[in-house]
Amino acid sequence: MTKQAANWSPYDNNGGSCVAIAGADYCVIAADTRMSTGYSILSRDYSKICKLADKSLMASSGFQADVKALQKFLAARHLTYQHQHNKQMSCPAMAQLLSNTLYYKRFFPYYSFNVLGGLDNEGKGCVYTYDAVGSYERVGYGCQGSGSTLIMPFLDNQLKSPSPLLLPAQDAVTPLSESEAVDLVKTCFASATERDIYTGDRLEIVVLNADGIHRQYMELRKD
Amino acid sequence: MFRNQYDTDVTTWSPAGRLFQVEYAMEAVKQGSAAIGLRSKTHVVLGCVNKANSELSSHQKKIFKVDDHIGVAIAGLTADGRVLSRYMRSECINYGFTYESPLPVGRLVVQLADKAQVCTQRSWKRPYGVGLLVGGLDESGAHLYYNCPSGNYFEYQAFAIGSRSQAAKTYLERRFEKFMDSSRDDLVKDALLAIRETLQGESLKSSICTVAVVGAGEPFHVLDNETVQKLIDSFEIAAVDEAPAAEPDAPADQGAPADQGAPADQGAPADQRPATDEGVAPMDI
Repeated sequence: MTKQAANWSPYDNNGGSCVAIAGADYCVIAADTRMSTGYSILSRDYSKICKLADKSLMASSGFQADVKALQKFLAARHLTYQHQHNKQMSCPAMAQLLSNTLYYKRFFPYYSFNVLGGLDNEGKGCVYTYDAVGSYERVGYGCQGSGSTLIMPFLDNQLKSPSPLLLPAQDAVTPLSESEAVDLVKTCFASATERDIYTGDRLEIVVLNADGIHRQYMELRKD
Repeated sequence: MFRNQYDTDVTTWSPAGRLFQVEYAMEAVKQGSAAIGLRSKTHVVLGCVNKANSELSSHQKKIFKVDDHIGVAIAGLTADGRVLSRYMRSECINYGFTYESPLPVGRLVVQLADKAQVCTQRSWKRPYGVGLLVGGLDESGAHLYYNCPSGNYFEYQAFAIGSRSQAAKTYLERRFEKFMDSSRDDLVKDALLAIRETLQGESLKSSICTVAVVGAGEPFHVLDNETVQKLIDSFEIAAVDEAPAAEPDAPADQGAPADQGAPADQGAPADQRPATDEGVAPMDI
């Protein structure tokens, strides 16, 4: 008797790409607004970015039903935290909570590829990048989703600091200003949209800094 | 209350049809320091007297934020109150998660009452020794409920519980018909005056009382000390009417009571003050 294969899958991939870049005193989180299934488009105007706390935003691509469930869960946990501690959760605390939440479902994972961005306790930008089961790391920049393979090498080229072992010695990367980071993100998505069919329609960019949260949009190719 | 037979456990009826343990639990509420609540069509104000054990200690928290639209003031065993507040918060969070809308106040108090009732019918439990004034807003307007250790609950226009609450109740009984149409600031003023009634001559200052407000467009929050003191000073209500002796710690009060029949002129400066308070922490409870 041959092993039976599943005749349905609990998961679907709704596509899309997410990027986050950390600056000295700001953080840029961006994601496209296209939601698809298979070769069809479900929506050209669906936000993948969620504000979890005053200083933490999460952008997630993957299976949006799992993403929504994850966002709701974290929001409820944040409320409990606020009741108990009388303050908002910090970004590093939220990062750990997200990791634990994902691993909790290690054997039936949230099909959600997340990038968490915000300001740490000192007001500096921080970005955390995750896999589907909660492995995470704080990084200077990160991206996830269908366009990540196209975007990541470009970000490495622009943002990665040269190795200190190189000879002749190269300068460490100069700090990026907020407007430069936003322009970089726009360039990333314009390029990814060209070759990734699941990325496009519109780009949502959220900038988090000491003044608060500021949202902007940019049109992308619709094909 | 005197010593009674049939009061050893909560599952024993007395021949007169009373459950003494439940009644003793209600006594515990009467021994706690006072808490008052009043509501208008659009706002609910909760207030309580905060008596610290000694000068060295901080005072107990008796007002809890349950959700953006609901808050609770307790009197009695504050530990029981804390546990019930945690339950209420968790119920609000779960309801919001499932229905993506705020839990109606009337539903919450029924759940709370049912929870209290369980403790009146289990031999291995004891009733909660705390009375809760639940104030909140939902689609049907502003509501104030009182939850008893017995498992009963009642809706009120205004109410007071705890020690010396009768003085506050008398004050509120005289004024309650006007509350429905009161402005938010008048409601807060009446709350402060009701609290003052329970102090029996002691002067009212922000260090011994706590006031919290919830209303249309105003999530539940506790007013901070400076705001409360400013309100007390502006209403000139620190000292009680008949006290001719100057109160050294009430600088604004010149012995001229301002609360007799002229709320309008005292209300004017207060109305210019913004309705929400700056500098309140996100979940300042």
